[in-house]
Amino acid sequence: MEFLNAIFVAPFVEIWEYPVFFVEVVVAGLLSGIMYSLVALGFVLIFKASGVFNFAQGAMVLFAALTLVGLMEHGAPTLIALIGTIVVMIILALAIERVVLRPLVNQEPIILFMATIGLSYFLDGFGQLVWGSDIKVLDLGIPSAPMEYGGILVNQFDLVAALVAGLLVATLAVFFQKTRIGRALRAVADDHQAALSVGIPLKTIWAIVWSVAGLVGLVAGIMWGTKLGVQFSLTFVALKALPVLILGGFTSIPGAIVGGLIIGVGEKVAEVFWGPAFGGAIEDWFAYMLALAFLLFRPQGLFGDKIIERV
Amino acid sequence: MFYREAGQFKTSYSADQAIFPIRQDRNFLVALFIFAYLAVPMIANEYWLSTILLPFLVFGLAALGLNILTGYAGQLSLGTGGFMATGAFAAYKLAVAFPDMNIVFVFLLSGVVTAIVGVLFGIPSLRIKGFYLAVATLAAQFFLVWVYNKFGWFTNYSSSGVISAPPRAVFGDFFVTGSSAGAIEKYLFTLTLVLVLALAAKNIVRSHIGRSWMAIRDMDIAAEIIGIKPLATKLTAFAVSSFYIGIAGALWAFIYTSSVEASAFDISRSFQILFMIIIGGLGSVMGSFLGAAFIVLLPIFLSNAPTLFGVTVAVDIISHVEFMIFGALIIFFLIVEPHGLARLWQVGKEKLRLWPFPY
Amino acid sequence: MILKKLVLAAAGVAVGVTGFAVSQAKAAEQFIPSLVYRTGPFAPGGIPFADGAMDYYKLLNERDGGINGVKLVIEECDTAYNNDRGVECYERLKNKGSTGAAVFSPLSTGITYALIDRATKDKIPIFSMGYGRTDASDGRVFPYVFTAPSTYWSQASALVKYIGSQEGGMANLKGKKIALVYLDGAYGKEPIPTLKLLAKKYGFSFSGFPVTYPGLEQKATWLTIGRKLRPDWIFMWGWGVMNQTAIKEAANVGFPMNRFIGNWWSGAEGDTVPAGKAAIGYKSSAFHAPGQNFLVHLDILKYVYAKGNGTTTEAKVGQVLYNRGLINSVFVTEAIRTAMGKYGNKPMTGEQVRWGFENLNMSKAKLAKLGLSGFMKPFKLSCLDHEGGSPLRIQEWKGSQWEFVSDWIEPMKDIVRPMIEASAAKYAAEKGITPRKCDGTD
Repeated sequence: MEFLNAIFVAPFVEIWEYPVFFVEVVVAGLLSGIMYSLVALGFVLIFKASGVFNFAQGAMVLFAALTLVGLMEHGAPTLIALIGTIVVMIILALAIERVVLRPLVNQEPIILFMATIGLSYFLDGFGQLVWGSDIKVLDLGIPSAPMEYGGILVNQFDLVAALVAGLLVATLAVFFQKTRIGRALRAVADDHQAALSVGIPLKTIWAIVWSVAGLVGLVAGIMWGTKLGVQFSLTFVALKALPVLILGGFTSIPGAIVGGLIIGVGEKVAEVFWGPAFGGAIEDWFAYMLALAFLLFRPQGLFGDKIIERV
Repeated sequence: MFYREAGQFKTSYSADQAIFPIRQDRNFLVALFIFAYLAVPMIANEYWLSTILLPFLVFGLAALGLNILTGYAGQLSLGTGGFMATGAFAAYKLAVAFPDMNIVFVFLLSGVVTAIVGVLFGIPSLRIKGFYLAVATLAAQFFLVWVYNKFGWFTNYSSSGVISAPPRAVFGDFFVTGSSAGAIEKYLFTLTLVLVLALAAKNIVRSHIGRSWMAIRDMDIAAEIIGIKPLATKLTAFAVSSFYIGIAGALWAFIYTSSVEASAFDISRSFQILFMIIIGGLGSVMGSFLGAAFIVLLPIFLSNAPTLFGVTVAVDIISHVEFMIFGALIIFFLIVEPHGLARLWQVGKEKLRLWPFPY
Repeated sequence: MILKKLVLAAAGVAVGVTGFAVSQAKAAEQFIPSLVYRTGPFAPGGIPFADGAMDYYKLLNERDGGINGVKLVIEECDTAYNNDRGVECYERLKNKGSTGAAVFSPLSTGITYALIDRATKDKIPIFSMGYGRTDASDGRVFPYVFTAPSTYWSQASALVKYIGSQEGGMANLKGKKIALVYLDGAYGKEPIPTLKLLAKKYGFSFSGFPVTYPGLEQKATWLTIGRKLRPDWIFMWGWGVMNQTAIKEAANVGFPMNRFIGNWWSGAEGDTVPAGKAAIGYKSSAFHAPGQNFLVHLDILKYVYAKGNGTTTEAKVGQVLYNRGLINSVFVTEAIRTAMGKYGNKPMTGEQVRWGFENLNMSKAKLAKLGLSGFMKPFKLSCLDHEGGSPLRIQEWKGSQWEFVSDWIEPMKDIVRPMIEASAAKYAAEKGITPRKCDGTD
């Protein structure tokens, strides 16, 4: 009885009694959702262009952040370190395409998925081998003090992250719509065979896609690394991005953002208001349950491509 | 030369349909059993028994369960850890609630409980396929581990959330759990249980149930058209797979580590078992065990290799190299032999048939 | 194809051989295994601990030639805080050396739980310094487990005493709100029964906030704490990346740092430095001093680092967790020395080292002789008491180092000890163990 009350009555009463707090939670959820979207964007890019579900995106985020911090610790000024990291990520993308993707062309998606799992383990170990397992502090001068807007507590850092994510999405949108390479990427995403037949070099496109995903990973790594410190646990962030992908659809960039917002808000609101009924710490699985519920009604996600199966 | 079946005639249907129709195979198997039951307890030291052979058997069983689901029925699942946890905690509650029940029944019942839980989490598989299903099973993984962590009922309200296996004997004085159980008793008991279950699994996948699983895996819409019921088939796959994984989890908690907390069954455990079936070979009973052996032995080999060669390497470098080799090996296997070690074994046997001729 | 199979076969043979690898310690050498985690999610905490532990062993070998002339052979094994790897390390190292492993310090509550049964059967003591099973402090039920110098339940009671003193008396705790942010697992849940008991006794309200491992997502938790609950004091039972995330999130919601106290595993440089200026004022408890102003550190710098043999950098000598690892090695070696006092100056077996622990007397004179005057308070162990009941002090992060801001606080032994005995009795009943009598006959 008390449990039913805690689920169906008490949270709504609480929301009614503390409206400002509820708004704070929602705003915090939206902003943290944007952070998830940053990671999800990398997944979407690669899936869109090559049909591969890149489980190694989390490891790429960690690797990018580690490289950046490592270079900065060795004395390189910020800009040089950034450029150096970008170069490293591009080389990594080329290596991945050559070593992992090319030999596995035409294999089933599940094989490719498992290859990316192997890749994520490799990058984990390699990054830590080169740069060490200690927590590294990433400080790019992003302000992180909390501020109050009309009684609602908001963190400056989260606002900056939201801005960065918005800029990134806008840049990617322009890239995909207006440039030649962007058109080629969209063509490859639609149909590999057709793209090949009009002369679009598949391997080059894949290398470009993985590089762009690496760069997106770098941005995500910077934001998450500043927030949490650069350390092995950063790879767990990828697990947070999976429900976002399911909700938004694997192939949609706006879907990644919208999915991130929904998951972020849902997670935080559930944890704060419904969490005590369950004893707390329900965030983790709640996001997945939310995504699962969506999946049952819309298997391709909110914005994803409808799955057409042929016998 | 040795591996020919010339002169072996089958005179009954049952002989024809035997799992090992070739006499050399049967002889090899008998020799293997004699070695495993008699020779190993005599020559292996405690370290080998309790740290290498025991986890190999337990993981082999878990990999077998996952192989049934992912390799034979094609439903990619990342919730193995959660189901192992279910088996472990179910076994604990049963053992504590019914102290007089034989431990074998405790394990079997915990498998049944896990099968029920598995069916519940398998229901989404009717709508969702492929990666989406993998992510849905992640929901099961996180939720189940959270449940066992959160509700004190599962751990008998211990303040730390750790369950400790009560001492139980299979018969008389033959203790297999608790501190009085010796490594040899644990090994023999686990070996017997795993062999019986593996035999059962082999028979199931050869039956019409197994064939319907493989039909769903290969072309599920076509299978539905010819009359295979996807609901029953997929849920059966989840049930049988979870049964095996649950027993593996109970064995893990009771016999291998003798005390366990829910976080021992987290997502890295699920990935570990998935790697076992990838490397061992999807859709193969023996492949599960080969993969388990590989994954169990590799870290030990990597930690001991430097000392063998007389070089001292820092422990953290070894750990990182282990990760790298893990990942590299997975990619290597997927490129070179997507069907895993089991396929290599098969190819070896085929070459052996022709030996000493090359073709 | 053939080459592939040959390679695989060779690998298989190599793997098979490794299992029979023979130990290498010679006679007249004491083998001490060191279970550490230099990798994995808790590496930032595990690395300085491992370094401190290793440096002290090196110091003893360099400066004194070992313990009473018996050299120490140390082997590290990386567990990555993983229970089954801990078990594997244990099984591999327990028989190494001429007399087997002296003692195991798992540095993880989970691994401690996993090893207690095995170690008791193998007669090797487990030294879980300030972690692990608190009820193992009852030496009658857990003859082979030692939790010196203090445990989580004692620590919880001492923390409540401290905030009582800050509020102007224990009576002023009535009606106050105290929150506990904890890592959702065996380790984090340990203090909860004690805190609930004390809440009933002193009239404060206690709320627990679990954080799922590894503790990256705490925003919702801290929004609830900081904006809705607004407790008077917060305790933290965290480890690894959870600590610094919590400190940052606490700063984000504007919770006053000086009312935020972490336990002794939540108060190290690795937790406060990443949070930057926001962490200034954050407190934590400790049973030993921070810093490198002790004679033992001077010796380490002189005998180990000056010869280029140091495990880490000189700047890191004296950090909180470095000192933690150091004191762990001190207790281990002193237990071995105590055992040698009875059994002679030769390598000790696990059973003998257990006797050494049980009769360990870290007196003021002994601490001074070791170069640890003022580092911690003296204590002694006994058959009945494997904890020692050492007092705690509260330290505060001043921006570049930790400094003590309180006196030594005794734990509430009259409340904690009965809880320990009750819990140990329950364990004994469940496992069918007959407790020892501790009257000299066993």
